[in-house]
Amino acid sequence: MTDKYEPVIGLEIHIQLSTDSKAYSSDPASYGAPPNTHVSPITLGHPGTLPFVNKKVLEFAIKLGLACGCDLRRENQYARKNYFYADLPKGYQITQDTTPICTGGEISFKTKDGADHKVRLTRIHMEEDAGKSIHDQDPFNTLIDLNRAGVALLEMVSEPDIRSSEEANLFVTEVRKLVRYLEICDGNMEEGSLRCDANISVRPKGTKKFGTKVEVKNMNSIKNVQRAIEYEIKRQVEVLESGGTLYQETRNFDAVSGTTTAMRSKEAANDYRYFPEPDLGPVIITESFIEKIRSLIPALPAELFKKYTEEFGLSSYDATVLTENKDFALYFEDLTSKTKNFKSAANWMIGPVKSYLNENAAVINEFPIESSKIAEIIALIDNNKISFTAGTKQLFPELLKNPGKDINSILIELNLIQESDANSLKPYVAKAMAMYPDKVIEYRSGKKGLLGLFMGEVMKLSGGKADPKVASKLVKEALDEGI
Amino acid sequence: MNPKATFRQIQTQLDSGKESCTSIVGAYLSRIRENSHLNAFLEVFEEEALNKAKEIDIRIRSGKAGRLAGMVLGLKDNICYKQHKVSASSKILEGFESLYSATVVEKLLKEDVIIIGRLNCDEFAMGSSNENSAFGNVKNPIDNERVPGGSSGGSVAAVAAGLCTAALGSDTGGSIRQPASFCGLVGLKPGYGRVSRHGLLAYASSFDQIGPVANDIYDAALLLEIMAGHDDYDSTASQVAPELYTTFLESDSSQKKKVAVIKECIEDPGLDQEIKNHLLDKIESLKSKGYIVSEVSFPFLNLMVPTYYVLTTAEASSNLSRYGGILYGYRSNKTTDIDSAFRLSRSEGFGKEVKRRIMLGTFVLSAGYYDAYYNKAQKVRRILKEKTEAIFNDHDFILLPATPDTAFKSGAIKDPVTMYLQDIYTVQANLTGIPAISIPTGSHSNGLPFGLQVMASKFNEGPMMAFAEVVQNL
Repeated sequence: MTDKYEPVIGLEIHIQLSTDSKAYSSDPASYGAPPNTHVSPITLGHPGTLPFVNKKVLEFAIKLGLACGCDLRRENQYARKNYFYADLPKGYQITQDTTPICTGGEISFKTKDGADHKVRLTRIHMEEDAGKSIHDQDPFNTLIDLNRAGVALLEMVSEPDIRSSEEANLFVTEVRKLVRYLEICDGNMEEGSLRCDANISVRPKGTKKFGTKVEVKNMNSIKNVQRAIEYEIKRQVEVLESGGTLYQETRNFDAVSGTTTAMRSKEAANDYRYFPEPDLGPVIITESFIEKIRSLIPALPAELFKKYTEEFGLSSYDATVLTENKDFALYFEDLTSKTKNFKSAANWMIGPVKSYLNENAAVINEFPIESSKIAEIIALIDNNKISFTAGTKQLFPELLKNPGKDINSILIELNLIQESDANSLKPYVAKAMAMYPDKVIEYRSGKKGLLGLFMGEVMKLSGGKADPKVASKLVKEALDEGI
Repeated sequence: MNPKATFRQIQTQLDSGKESCTSIVGAYLSRIRENSHLNAFLEVFEEEALNKAKEIDIRIRSGKAGRLAGMVLGLKDNICYKQHKVSASSKILEGFESLYSATVVEKLLKEDVIIIGRLNCDEFAMGSSNENSAFGNVKNPIDNERVPGGSSGGSVAAVAAGLCTAALGSDTGGSIRQPASFCGLVGLKPGYGRVSRHGLLAYASSFDQIGPVANDIYDAALLLEIMAGHDDYDSTASQVAPELYTTFLESDSSQKKKVAVIKECIEDPGLDQEIKNHLLDKIESLKSKGYIVSEVSFPFLNLMVPTYYVLTTAEASSNLSRYGGILYGYRSNKTTDIDSAFRLSRSEGFGKEVKRRIMLGTFVLSAGYYDAYYNKAQKVRRILKEKTEAIFNDHDFILLPATPDTAFKSGAIKDPVTMYLQDIYTVQANLTGIPAISIPTGSHSNGLPFGLQVMASKFNEGPMMAFAEVVQNL
C-alpha cells in the first residue's frame, strides 16, 4: 500500500550553540545549573532592559554557513516573533525573519548503497531559545526555569528533498557530525542541544503536487526521528487510502507508543507579527571577518572521507569509521603525518585503538599513546624489526601500561626484535628438520604443504622472534636442498 | 532659596555658603508638600535625599564633590533606579522594584546628583496631557485647571513649580518638548542614540530618548553632557563621542547661520495666531541680526502624525508584551490558568489609552495588514528622513513652534485623534532621529507661556542649544 505513495520530508533543526554566554546578554549559557540561576534582568525581560549581540553567535552561524556552502548575508537584521507564553519573558523571541544570515547551501551524505545524496537547505538563521516549562514536578503548578531563555540557537531549515525516514536519519546524523566537527554545538539530542522537527507529507508516486503537510515535533533522538517519520508516513497513507482527509497540523511524537498525536491545528495558529527588532541595529559582516572564520574551520568529515578514499586508497568503510568522530579523525590525521603506510595506520585505528576505546568506554582524547609511537610501531613492523603479532600483542599492551616508556627499551626488555640474520636462524631450521625426518621425506616427495609445519617449529624454537620472511626462505632452501 | 533657581544660581549659593545641599533639599521637600495638589510626584525619596545631601555637603567641604553637587533631580517614572519602584504610572507594574539603575541614572549619580523622587507621567509615556496616569492627572502649576502637557507632565510640573532643580523626561513624539512649552521651561530631546535607553521603560524603541527638563538651556546642556555617550547595554546608543555641550553656549555666535522655517508650519490653520506672530517676530529679529532665514516647503505635515502612530503603536504592542502578570508586576486575582493570567492581568492592569495603542499596534503588524500599514509607514519614515536631511544640506537649523496652542483645560480634548495632533510639530524630530529643543520664549495674552522649537541635524546638539540661546535672548 505504501508503495503507491512517495513521502516528501523537510526537516527543521534547532542547533543550540555552545557559546559561553547567551545570544543577547552576558548570562552564562551552560546546561545543568540549578533552576533560574542564569538569569539577569535582561534574561528576565525586566522593564528597560535591552538586548546586545553576542559576536560568537555570528561567528558560529558563519562557520556553519561556510561548511554548508550557504550564501552569507552581509547586512543582518534581527526580527521579533511575538507570542505569549510563560517561559518567554519578553513576550517575543528575537530571531531573523526575512533576512536569515545563511541562505541556500546543502548537506550531503552517503546513502546505504554508497550513493551520494544531497539535501538542499532553505536557510539558517539566528535566534534565542525560550525557557522551560516544567509540568511534572508539582501537582498543581507549572514551574518555570529561565536558565535556557536567551540561549543562542541556529535554526536550519531544509528543502523538502528527503524521501524516506532513513534519509532523514542520515541527514540528522550528518548535521550532528558537522556541528560537532565545527565545535558549535555538542549535538546532544537527549539534552535538547539538537532538536528536530519534521514536515511530512505523502503524494501518489509520479505526481508533482505536494500533499498536505504535517509537522511532527518532540523527537529526542535520531532513532526517534526515523520512527516518527515512519509512523507518520504510514498514518497518512492509511488516512488517504481509507478515503479520509489530512489536515495541516502539528503532531506530537510519543516515543513510548511510537505514534503521533495532534497538538494544534495550523488554522488556529498564532499570527506572530514579525517585524524588525528596533533594539538591535543591522549587524554588518565584513569580508575580513568571514575570511578569519573560514581560516578557523577544521577539515570537515566529507573532505576527509574524500581524502581517505581517493588519496589514501582506503575503503569507504574504513573512511566512514575514521571520520565518524572529529577527534578520532584528527588522531588519524596526526598519525598519517608520521607514517605513509595509510592502510596500516587505518588498521591500527580501527583495530587495536578502537578496541581499547570501546573496552574502556573512553574517547580518543583519553587514549594514552601518542600517535608518533603508533607510527614507530608501524615502521618497526614494516622494516621487519618486529613481527605484527609482537607489535599488537606485546608492544602495544606494554605501551598502554607505560605510555611514556621508550619503545626501544621495551623491545629489549621483552626481547621482541626479530632475528633476521640467516646464520643465527639456521640452527633452528636444522633442529626442526631433525625433529621430523619422515616429514622431510614426505615434503621432498612432493607434499609441499608441509612447509608450514617446519615454519611453525622454527618460529616456536626462536621464541617467535624469527623474521618469518627470512626463516621461510631458509626452511625452503634447506628442504629443497635434498631433492 | 529661590525655588526656580537654575543650577548655576544654586552653585553660587553653595559657593557663598548661603545654602547647603541639605538646606536646598529641605526647601524642595517643603515645596513638594505644599504643592501636593499638583500630583507631580508619585513618590518622594525624602529621607534618602536628605542623607545624600549630607554626604555631598561633606564632599563639597573636602573639595571632592562631583559636577552636579547641589542639583536636585526628579525622575520620570519610566526610568529605572536600583531598588526603587518604577511603574510608568501603570497599575500593571504594581509593587515592582527595579534591580538596576538606568545608565543615565548611574552617570548622574556619579556626579553627585540628588534624586528626590519619582514623577507622574502618562501611562507608559502615552499621552499629551498627563491625563492617562493610573495615579491621577497632573495639574499645570501655572493654571491648575489646565493640563501640564504630556507625557512628561510630572517632570515639567515639578520643575515649573520649583519642586526640584531639573527633571528627566522621555520624548517619543514630543513628550518633553510639548509639556515644557506648556509650562514655560526648557525641554531637550537629544538625537536618537545620543543617550542610552538602558533602563528606560520602552514605549517605542526606535523613537524613545531620555532628555532633561530644566529652567535654562545651560542646565539642559550640562545634564546632556553627563548623560550622553555610548553604552554597552544599548546597541542603539551611538559610538559617536559626545561633546562638552555647555562650552557651545559661551561660544561666539557672530558666525551667522542659515535657518529654515517650514512654510506649511506657518500656514497651518491649526496654529494659534499669537504663536504664529511671535514666531514671525523672532524671524525678523534674527534677520536683523544677520541670520539668513528662509522659508522651505515641507509638504508632509499631514503624514507625520499618522506615520508616527502606526510605527510607535506597532513597537509598543511588542514592547509591552512583557507585562503579562507572570514574572512580575500586577496579576489578576481571577487568574485560573496561563491564558487567563495574561488576558485578565493585562485587561485589568493597563489603562484605556495603553490598550488602545496596543490594539492599534497589533493590528498594523498583523498578517494581511502589515504591508498596508507598518511597511508603508516605514517607507514614509525613510522619505521624511531624507527630506529632513535635505533641509539640513542647506541650513543649520529649523525653527518652528513647539505646540500649535497653549496648555488646554483638563478634560477639554476627548477625541484621541485630536489629542494625537498635539504632536504635529514635535514628531518630526523623533521620526527622523534628530535633536530638538523647546525653549520658553512666548507669553500668550491668555496668561500662559509657550515655546519655540529648534531642530538641528544629528549630533549637533551643541550648536543647536547655542542657537536656541540666541533665539531666547532676542
